[in-house]
Amino acid sequence: MNWSRTMTVARTDLKQLIQARDFWIPMVTLGSFFFAIIPFILLITITRIGNVDVVSQISAALDALPQSAQDQIQGTTPEAQTGYALAVFLFAPVAVIVPLTISTAVGAATIVGEREKGTGEFLAHSPASAKEIYVGKLIASLVPGYVTTAIGFGVYSLIVNLVVGPEVGGWFFPTAQWWLMILWVLPPFLAICLSLVLRLSAKVKSTAAAQQASGLVSLPLIMIAYSQSTGVLFGAGYMPIIVGAVAWIIALWSLSRGVRSVTRQRLLGVATA
Amino acid sequence: MTDDQIVQVAGVSQWFGDVQALTNLTIEVPKGSISVLLGPNGAGKTTAIRMITGALSPGEGSVRVFGLDPVSSDGEEVRRRCGVVSAKPSLYDRLSGWDNLRYSAELYGLGRRADSRIEEAAGQFGIDAALDLQVGGYSTGMKTRLALARSILHGPDLLLLDEPTSGLDPESAVIVLELIRQMTGEGRTVLLCTHLLLEAEGLADEIVVMQHGTSLLSGRPDELAQRYWPSPQVHVTSEAGSDMDFLAQLPAVAAYERHGNTATIDLPDLSQVPELVEALVRRNIRITSVAPFTPTLEDLYFAVRREQGSTSDEAVPPPSTTGRPARRSRVAQMAR
Repeated sequence: MNWSRTMTVARTDLKQLIQARDFWIPMVTLGSFFFAIIPFILLITITRIGNVDVVSQISAALDALPQSAQDQIQGTTPEAQTGYALAVFLFAPVAVIVPLTISTAVGAATIVGEREKGTGEFLAHSPASAKEIYVGKLIASLVPGYVTTAIGFGVYSLIVNLVVGPEVGGWFFPTAQWWLMILWVLPPFLAICLSLVLRLSAKVKSTAAAQQASGLVSLPLIMIAYSQSTGVLFGAGYMPIIVGAVAWIIALWSLSRGVRSVTRQRLLGVATA
Repeated sequence: MTDDQIVQVAGVSQWFGDVQALTNLTIEVPKGSISVLLGPNGAGKTTAIRMITGALSPGEGSVRVFGLDPVSSDGEEVRRRCGVVSAKPSLYDRLSGWDNLRYSAELYGLGRRADSRIEEAAGQFGIDAALDLQVGGYSTGMKTRLALARSILHGPDLLLLDEPTSGLDPESAVIVLELIRQMTGEGRTVLLCTHLLLEAEGLADEIVVMQHGTSLLSGRPDELAQRYWPSPQVHVTSEAGSDMDFLAQLPAVAAYERHGNTATIDLPDLSQVPELVEALVRRNIRITSVAPFTPTLEDLYFAVRREQGSTSDEAVPPPSTTGRPARRSRVAQMAR
């Protein structure tokens, strides 16, 4: 495989994405809400304004978390404990959906989009192999997701540490298990989703159909987000490491299988007998 | 395959689902020539180009390009040596002209030569001033020029041009055709697909007439014309056409046919035209025109298609009784 050509495909797709303001402005807005605006408003409300009824209700709801997760909650006051729990178990897992949404949106359009715009013809006649095109497009789809994860969680960490940190004795986010989550568990799940989305993108007839179908394959990552927010995955000892390892194996298998989905015929949009 | 044949498509058939796109297609493209695939929409020209680069593999038959099989592991080398302009320019609208060319340069591995080649190719096609603009804002003509510039960036040995003047205004089309002609002057081989006969006229060294996915005939235009019009022909128009019918009895006239006031006359030699005119003048017949018939590619194309019994839905013009189209009835007669 020629890596220079692969990176050329990836770079060109990313360059087009940067030019597509109609795509990234809504995505940045979405990320801002999930990573910054909503957490900031709610956390500041809970920790600074101190509406006793609301805090008491949320604090009581924390009893539903597994014991191992409850043990990790820091802070001595109900406001601090509630703020910590929301920061670690609710907002962050929900924000995981943002990079997933961005990557799948990019991935869903990437191959069928070439076909729709007629540029698949150029790629089909080029010396780039189907594998180089597939990997290039995979990289181009993964990068926006990972960049969003890095920037989004960077901003999120800053906000929760500045708002909740003083209440719980200092900066606490990302916790050790969130580092594990961001670096070990999320990437393979994102890769699994994308390998499926790219396969769909190669096979369906329109970008709209690919985006509809990609919603379904996002389910595994949404399940991870739920597992996190309920404390099932987060408080379960070695579970994240095991889940991550299994996910990596599935991701590598799925990615290698996905290579077959990109063919010159599909770039041209023809189906031979 | 001989060294002189850059492309050899032999007995290729291809199906898209239930539709047979190519049927036993055979094409040979000599080195350094401009070969033209002529045919109506849906004749299989684009599919043929896709077979040549290995973008599609043939269902049956074989394709050799530069002596290599484009669907084997040699496909990369074949595609590296080909430049393609597809029917739609296949450009990335969100990118600038420069970025489009840069993308191609990198895929074709131009490395450090990329920038100078981009400037050179863009200059050659007069698109250099617009390279910084987004391609989405280009006119159709500019897009075609950019696609042509992109196709020659890497110095291909074989250019495959699929309807390169499609959607262009006449002036731009003429410029593009002139540029294509120049490219063969630089030693390249060109395979041009078109359904526009005027476009191929004067440009084609070789033509392949296609219909329903197969090649009806191929060869040099002059040789093919000779095949369909073996004797020189002259068209004579007079004020009263029937007065000319006596010409059929003259020893010098090999064949005579008249539609309305125009007679189509086969002669062994065009030097006998003055005798013909003299005979008409002697009978006080008022001649309005005498024109030797030089078959155009259009004449040839319709002659071939008529010979093959084209269906009416593909619009082979019927014989006419006025002017040049009289030759078409002649062609039909010959074909029978």
